[in-house]
Amino acid sequence: MNTAAIHEREDYLNVSHGLKSWLLTKDHKRIGLLYLATITLFFFLGGLFATVIRIELLTPGGGLVSSETYNKLFTMHGVTMIFFFLIPSIPAVLGNFFLPMMIGARDLAFPRINLISWYLLVIGGLFALFAMLAGGVDTGWTFYTPYSTTYSNTWVIATALGIFVAGFSSILTGLNFIVTIHTMRAPGLTWFRMPLFVWAHYATSLIQVLGTPVLAVTIVLVLCERVFHIGIFDPALGGDPVLFQHLFWFYSHPAVYIMILPAMGVVSELVSTFSRKAIFGYRVVAFSSVAIAVLGFLVWGHHMFVSGQSVFAGMAFSFLSYFVAIPSAIKVFNWTATLYKGSISWETPMLYAFGFIGLFTIGGLTGLFVAALGIDVHVTDTYFVVAHFHYIMVGGAIMAYLGGLHYWWPKMTGRMYPEGWAKLSALVIFLGFNLTFFPQFILGYLGMPRRYHTYPEEFQVLHVLSTAGASVLAVGYAIPMIYFAWSLKYGAMAGTNPWGASGLEWKTPSPPPLHNFDTTPVVTHDAYDYSTVVGEAVEIG
Amino acid sequence: MASEAQAHAETAALRVQFDTEAQQKDASTLGMWIFLITEVMFFGGMFTAYTVYRRAYSDAFAVASSSLNVTIGAINTAVLLFSSFTMVMAVRASQLGQRRMIVLFLVLTLIFGGMFLGVKAYEWNEKFEQHHVPGPSFHMEGVAQQGHAQLFFSLYFAMTGLHAAHMVIGVGLLSWLIWMANKGKFTAEYNTPVDIAGLYWHFVDVIWIFLFPLLYLIDRHLPK
Repeated sequence: MNTAAIHEREDYLNVSHGLKSWLLTKDHKRIGLLYLATITLFFFLGGLFATVIRIELLTPGGGLVSSETYNKLFTMHGVTMIFFFLIPSIPAVLGNFFLPMMIGARDLAFPRINLISWYLLVIGGLFALFAMLAGGVDTGWTFYTPYSTTYSNTWVIATALGIFVAGFSSILTGLNFIVTIHTMRAPGLTWFRMPLFVWAHYATSLIQVLGTPVLAVTIVLVLCERVFHIGIFDPALGGDPVLFQHLFWFYSHPAVYIMILPAMGVVSELVSTFSRKAIFGYRVVAFSSVAIAVLGFLVWGHHMFVSGQSVFAGMAFSFLSYFVAIPSAIKVFNWTATLYKGSISWETPMLYAFGFIGLFTIGGLTGLFVAALGIDVHVTDTYFVVAHFHYIMVGGAIMAYLGGLHYWWPKMTGRMYPEGWAKLSALVIFLGFNLTFFPQFILGYLGMPRRYHTYPEEFQVLHVLSTAGASVLAVGYAIPMIYFAWSLKYGAMAGTNPWGASGLEWKTPSPPPLHNFDTTPVVTHDAYDYSTVVGEAVEIG
Repeated sequence: MASEAQAHAETAALRVQFDTEAQQKDASTLGMWIFLITEVMFFGGMFTAYTVYRRAYSDAFAVASSSLNVTIGAINTAVLLFSSFTMVMAVRASQLGQRRMIVLFLVLTLIFGGMFLGVKAYEWNEKFEQHHVPGPSFHMEGVAQQGHAQLFFSLYFAMTGLHAAHMVIGVGLLSWLIWMANKGKFTAEYNTPVDIAGLYWHFVDVIWIFLFPLLYLIDRHLPK
């Protein structure tokens, strides 16, 4: 009769019913769940493409799919995972749900625009999905000209339109967050009392707002060239294909920080809660998010070391790229320092946080390798690069996303997930991830190029290891999907604050009422002040 | 203040997520300013492309630019500046809560905006007749590298086209505002929509203020 107990109180889930009450909702929490369902589908789709890629690479001869199909597979894997899963993941799901709650607001500043941005993601996704079903696209997720504008005979226009529309979803989410943080903080919640999750989302939103429009206009130019043949990037007219690369990476490098900054915000929350200590050097960590956002706009040329840009530009971009390491390292050191003399507990979200710190560090350090001009010439377009960015995006962003999902699941649903299974799957994911991607560092260093589906026989052992790891990883991702669904009906009831955490979102019932708080909270303490937390942590077997 | 506002019911003017009208207005205005920043970045990509090619092919760009009709361009610039003036007057009228004046000035703004688009359409049509539209039939006298002149017109159409698309959206906004204003929705206390639509309209004007010299006046300082 647990079900009866949970429905005695009115919350955002039972306040209204029916499909319409969800599809027309303006509640940021419901919109967060709409995003959760949407991007989970895209994650599954992107995973499906990855599965075929890994099976294909089991053998050096490439017997499963043709070269053309393989080109489409890695393109659609990249497009789906980046534009329709990773970019929206933490901001649109966890940020949407918890940013207003963390600052004591009843909703985002523009709830209707928030709903519109979800529809834009869905519409953009449908365009991309149509392109995939109609025959796919083979340009790589980078859409380099002149291949994408002149030569590719695949569904470039539909895919690019999909990305264009989804881009506006991202822009509007960023705009909404910035305005919300500026104008809707609860009484007493000064900028330096905000949780670091909010700071990270502020920095992310800056990138979304400043970077995404440049991608949008670049897509417009590519589409104009493809449809009307106006030739902005066409070398036959004297146009410059490298200009496309500049414009593309001006967005797409900062886009990496759209994926990783919110992840860092999540990890700050997790590390603090599960060591019951304020984050060491709070202000420095807050500013390091902004520093990453700003520096992120100055390094795009490191994707173009072999594109023919000038040596001077290459040196400048290499030099600036090293600077990003400073705020990133500050975060890692400060999380580690937070653990010192903390009261550390090993719940699932903390396992993900530890996983993030380790894998992000490897991803970040190998980033320094590829930011160095000399080494980059050797490893450009090899599996070394593939491994590097998967350590950041999968080992970093997805680990943090899953950690955050576990951490806030009790608040979102009012139910606990099964801790034992969750710990097991965190471990499986960590092992599977490393088995998948560590061999790729070696493969790349030995000279295996990315985007090839045939390779010399001496690379087969490493490819088989990688595919084996991917299978383990797939099992690791499947387990949470099952037990999260299970917990909706059978999970133990979660109290208001099962982790003994300090944020405002833990001071209101789980699941929260429609307008988040019964009375607007008044903030009198810094973030991560555990002296005021009334512990009601439940014991979980 | 917060707890008392907590109890308020959602009215037409004040939405439930806000405590006060001032807070709501702050949020809306900030939202529009941030949107305009995204617009700067959006147009910025094209301005970057323009800068790169104008520097690389300055001679061809000067010749291609001289084929544009400066008189018509200048008249259109004046029309757009007038529309900005009437928009300001509409914002002023809304702050004073003068319903009829809001409608009058919004309608004038709409007319000027429509005139601009009409003149623009005439100019584009001219380009088709002169074979100055990028494509297989493109031809321009007095340019050694046809491709470079085509690049100028590629940018001309992309930039003025994007600007015109923003004008069309602006015209849509104005029509909606006129309808709302006529129903008496805007008062001295509540006029945020007129205010932020004004910001948008002025922004689109400013874009044109940059486009006009960059596209029409390149060779004006060169000896004939």
